[in-house]
Amino acid sequence: MHELAVTESILKIVLESAQKNKATAVTDITLTIGSLSSIVDDSVQFYWNYVSQGTICENAKLHFNRVRATLKCLDCDTTYSLIDDLTPCPSCGSINVIILSGEEFQVDHIEIIKEETNQDETTR
Amino acid sequence: MKQRVEIVKRIMDSNDRLAQNNQAVLYRNQVYGINLMASPGAGKTSVILETIKRLPATIKLGVIEGDTAPVTIDSDKIAAAGIPAVQINTGGECHLDANMIELALAQLPLEALNLIIVENVGNLICPAAFQLGTHANVLIASIPEGDDKPYKYPNIYRGLDVLLINKIDLSPYIDFRMDYFQQGVEMLNPGLKTFALSAKTGEGFDAWIAWLTDKIITK
Ligand SMILES: Nc1nc2c(ncn2[C@@H]2O[C@H](COP(=O)(O)OP(=O)(O)OP(=O)(O)O)[C@@H](O)[C@H]2O)c(=O)[nH]1
Ligand SMILES: [Mg+2]
Ligand SMILES: [Zn+2]
Repeated sequence: MHELAVTESILKIVLESAQKNKATAVTDITLTIGSLSSIVDDSVQFYWNYVSQGTICENAKLHFNRVRATLKCLDCDTTYSLIDDLTPCPSCGSINVIILSGEEFQVDHIEIIKEETNQDETTR
Repeated sequence: MKQRVEIVKRIMDSNDRLAQNNQAVLYRNQVYGINLMASPGAGKTSVILETIKRLPATIKLGVIEGDTAPVTIDSDKIAAAGIPAVQINTGGECHLDANMIELALAQLPLEALNLIIVENVGNLICPAAFQLGTHANVLIASIPEGDDKPYKYPNIYRGLDVLLINKIDLSPYIDFRMDYFQQGVEMLNPGLKTFALSAKTGEGFDAWIAWLTDKIITK
């Protein structure tokens, strides 16, 4: 299962950004995963609970923003999304298609908790 | 205080960066690299052995064998053919990653080689996500696996540079709709360079060897 390696990579990205922003905890993590990328959210969640233990990301909630594959037919310009299997253009049956979306696989944003900084004092 | 931080970073970024380092190492040594992927038993080792037999003597090959368990069956076969082989035991991981390749490259006499073939772990899902830094991603699809694999494993077909359709000697015995198979491939990877061959009979190897030879800089 490559989801373990992938989950570790997510943790690294999140920790880096959390530290840069002086977070004391990370509460939410939003990932965008295209349906053509070979990742199963359930196992990412499973490994996440394990790899995040003892870090400031422990207990953070993972949100999966699933993107369906969208294809465009180059013969008749029809844009269609895949429900399930890979299918030729529903309008004209052509296989002369390009993939517009569905391959995303990224960390989008996180929600962090920060200590209150005394901004007023420093600017005063 | 709660705050939202935008990141928008590709999850595979750190592996991809290591892969770029590997690419640079290969480039510096003028070694052409192939990442050979396939399901278990599709014929990766058989294709490598047949390729070894047919490569011109001027081409010096090294092989990196990835396996999930500490078995040296495949690398022993390569070594028996007189080719330097490095075995990577992934410790249960279902794929090779760029870091493992970096370690393996350090064990090969790169100055003396002009081609390396990496036999990835038998799997159609995980290796697709991990770039290794080789020049070409090559997939072996074998006839007995069935003609629906591009539809079920689209991700691996997307990133390919070459497709080898192996075990064509078995075509008379198996219902494999070549046009259906190739339609799926065409949608995912238009114009993909494809060679149909048999590691058992040697059929189709001439074209594959010619393609490969053409890529290699002889030192
Ligand atoms: N008929 C036929 N059999 C083949 C061909 N290529 C390989 N085989 C057989 O398929 C089986 C698996 O071949 P391997 O080369 O070990 O396959 P592999 O992909 O390296 O397998 P793993 O490393 O275990 O994932 C062996 O019994 C081979 O003899 C072929 O072109 N035709
Ligand atoms: Mg093998
Ligand atoms: Zn159309």
